[in-house]
Amino acid sequence: MKQSYISMFGLLCLILLSGCNLAVLDPQGPVASQQKDLIWLSIVFMFIIVLIVFTLLVYFLVKYRERKGHDDYDPDIHGNNKLEILWTVIPIIIVTILSFPTVITIFNLEEAPEAESDREPLVIHATSASWKWIFSYPEEDIQTVNYVNIPVERPVLFKLTSADSMASFWVPQLGGESYSMAGMQTELYLQASEEGTYSGRNSNFTGEGFADMRFDVHAIEEPQFDAWVKEIQEGAPELTQERYDEFMLPTHVGEYTFSNTHLDWVDHSTDAEYGLDARERQGYEPENPNASDKGTPRVGDEEGKDS
Amino acid sequence: MSWDEFIVTGDPFILAAQISIVITTIVIVFGLTYFKKWGYLWNEWITTVDHRKIGIMYIIAAILMLFRGGVDALMMRTQLATPNMQFLDAQNYNEIFTTHGTIMIIFMAMPFLIGLMNVAVPLQIGARDLAFPFLNSLSFWTFFMGAMLFNLSFVIGGSPDAGWSAYMPLASNDLSPGPGQNFYLLGLQLSGIGTLATGINFIVTILRMRTKGMTLMRMPMFTWTALITSVIIIFAFPILTVALAMQTFDRLWDTAFFTLQDGGMPMLWANLFWLWGHPEVYIVILPAFGIFSEIISTFARKRLFGYTAMVISIVAISGLSFVVWVHHFFTMGAGAMVNSVFSITTMAIAVPTGVKIFNWLATLHKGKIRFSVPMIWTLGFIPNFTIGGVTGVMLAMAAADYQYHNTYFLVSHFHYVLIAGTVFSCFAGLIYWYPKMFGHKLNERIGRWVFWIFMIGFNITFFPQYFLGLDGMPRRVYTYIPEEGWFSLNFISTIGAFMMGIGFALLIYNIYYSFRYEQRETTGDSWNGRTLEWSTSSAIPPHYNFAKLPKVSGQDAFWEMKQLGEDTNEIKQYEKIHMPNNSANPFVMSVFLFIASFELVFPMVDYCDFRVDWNTCMYDSKVVY
Repeated sequence: MKQSYISMFGLLCLILLSGCNLAVLDPQGPVASQQKDLIWLSIVFMFIIVLIVFTLLVYFLVKYRERKGHDDYDPDIHGNNKLEILWTVIPIIIVTILSFPTVITIFNLEEAPEAESDREPLVIHATSASWKWIFSYPEEDIQTVNYVNIPVERPVLFKLTSADSMASFWVPQLGGESYSMAGMQTELYLQASEEGTYSGRNSNFTGEGFADMRFDVHAIEEPQFDAWVKEIQEGAPELTQERYDEFMLPTHVGEYTFSNTHLDWVDHSTDAEYGLDARERQGYEPENPNASDKGTPRVGDEEGKDS
Repeated sequence: MSWDEFIVTGDPFILAAQISIVITTIVIVFGLTYFKKWGYLWNEWITTVDHRKIGIMYIIAAILMLFRGGVDALMMRTQLATPNMQFLDAQNYNEIFTTHGTIMIIFMAMPFLIGLMNVAVPLQIGARDLAFPFLNSLSFWTFFMGAMLFNLSFVIGGSPDAGWSAYMPLASNDLSPGPGQNFYLLGLQLSGIGTLATGINFIVTILRMRTKGMTLMRMPMFTWTALITSVIIIFAFPILTVALAMQTFDRLWDTAFFTLQDGGMPMLWANLFWLWGHPEVYIVILPAFGIFSEIISTFARKRLFGYTAMVISIVAISGLSFVVWVHHFFTMGAGAMVNSVFSITTMAIAVPTGVKIFNWLATLHKGKIRFSVPMIWTLGFIPNFTIGGVTGVMLAMAAADYQYHNTYFLVSHFHYVLIAGTVFSCFAGLIYWYPKMFGHKLNERIGRWVFWIFMIGFNITFFPQYFLGLDGMPRRVYTYIPEEGWFSLNFISTIGAFMMGIGFALLIYNIYYSFRYEQRETTGDSWNGRTLEWSTSSAIPPHYNFAKLPKVSGQDAFWEMKQLGEDTNEIKQYEKIHMPNNSANPFVMSVFLFIASFELVFPMVDYCDFRVDWNTCMYDSKVVY
């Protein structure tokens, strides 16, 4: 028993040394940072509990194992009220102590993090579709696919919805995830403190192309961001409904940029059927993946970038 | 429907499975005929209503399912061993993780524990059988047929691929076409009948059939957990039954309970599923707690510390299990207030669980601990389960959960509780009650090897996964890219998984080895036991269990009798015992239920295609009159 735990602790130390930059524990914004603090707080408490249990277990096993000279055997102890109350009260206290920061953080995360520039949050609609992410900037009237640019040190309000199955929007270094659901809208505030590119992804299983449903978040300085917006508004192609419907097919696509948004004709948070209807309009038929024509390439296995 | 839509073709794994199924079937049929064992199989097993034999059949089925689920697990770990691995494609991987989860929970963990309950509970309360032996046989056969239906999907029609939680709308016809998901729905529905019946059966048995003097507060702890588990079953399983029926209707007959079209409500599925799903995890953990309680007090040779507190704890856990389901989807945007409430209820579960852990530790205090194989599994359970438990508290803190949700941190957490809790208890219970079932123990030396290999392998597999989760690796991805930096931890994890595989193989070998060479038990009391099952006249109890029903005057009834020097099997006057007859009905009924369910899996029934011709069908049938 002891040997295995020594080796396990060895493993633990090794992993901790090699993995100081675990994404969740290396936050780059105030949201993820609050969550990191909460996580460390819980780790400390939990480590103490584990330590107590392990110590008692090892001590009792060594002391009360069957051996010569063991004369402290008392088979008829049936309980001890004081002790039992003690270890009922202690967990209650620990749970209470952990409840306060948990609830406070839950409520904090519902609101925009405090920004250095007291600007209104930037609103971005993030829509998941099998198997891509579509980002619409309603104020700026531009749209990107599979990447999103945000200004640093300004809160961003992501309004999440989905064109088909339920996905989850997650950028570990900026903050925790939230589901995107067709016919519903969920809100998630994020904010980046440093310039850089952060990887985001869908973390809720959505079928065959799920593993590759990634996107990049580029956090850039505000002036650069404004310049980028202007450039897109002037230079990027316009998105037509026909072109947009192609995104509703279950495919992987590259990065795209458009000078208008699909919100002009559909908001998936109020129209749950649009995505599947668009598939039907294009003659897409769902097929049993185990039927015999499995060898033929399915829609979207090969779709080039055209931006 | 064409033939190749029916049988899955074009995959080497599945072809190999199909061939091996055919060969195994031929070998079994030939073997049974050659050794003239058909009658034995039919009379002694298939039509039996004896609780011990039904328990053994449950356990055998569960071990088969553990093998199937384990092979799934090894295939997944192989695929994840290195980045961009080409061992499985996305579709295969999705089917495999779906069947792994479903099989391990529904067709492995529950039947294993129900099997042990069948073997031990009637003996522990001094009863001759369950209250409804016929129903018990029906329970087993509906479970077994459900499991077979589910497993059939692998070679016929295609496996389900929407995850064991089968979230809508992903599991709808539009997004998961083909019969795979129907297999899931009907397989679970069929076996769910059996589980519900088992719940009723055990409640009635435990409440009505206890022997003289066996008051509720003198019952062995395993019987207590069996009772509370059964209560959870009869409250939770109807929810699953209804939810499954609604999704079945959505898929087969175009209703719109959970669909995107026509105003369906996909989140309702998530709520209903977890309203059953969370109590379900306590259905598989409470009996485990019971088994560990029995073993710890037997091998510490001491009364269980804080019996009353233990009972209150399991009752509290069962109550709390129904008010925490939202923690499975904190990230669904239910709002700060809802998330706060469910955070706190979830963390509250740590209190009764903590009480149990400390009571087990206190049972060791001033004991005389013997490290037999069931005991080392129990002692392995305490630290490992504690790790699983404390990470559960971390997950309960909703604001932090947004970062753990759907990641390997979660995967690691529930394997730490389900393997260190449920699987360890299944092994411990199997080894502990093995002499009651087969009249000999399992070999001690091989048993120790199994424990160490399996336990160390388990930690090597799952401990690194906490860190993978914190590094942002989501669950259910079939592959990852080198830049994500998850290679080394995944590789370590895969090594551990194969160690667990070796441990399991060794356990099976031990069963064979012990059957051949292990010494036969001469008394009914193999471990110096404390409860009534060890007081029977021989190692394998006669089918009426007790010639004379024992009288009980305290907790740990048999221990007390031994202290007082009473001989429990001394009989002055024989009385007539009424035992139920064998019956083929449960088996035959289940076979027909299987056939009916199988028909529903493939919705293209030619004579009346509901999907297209509902109106014409109804109209036609009217014309006939």
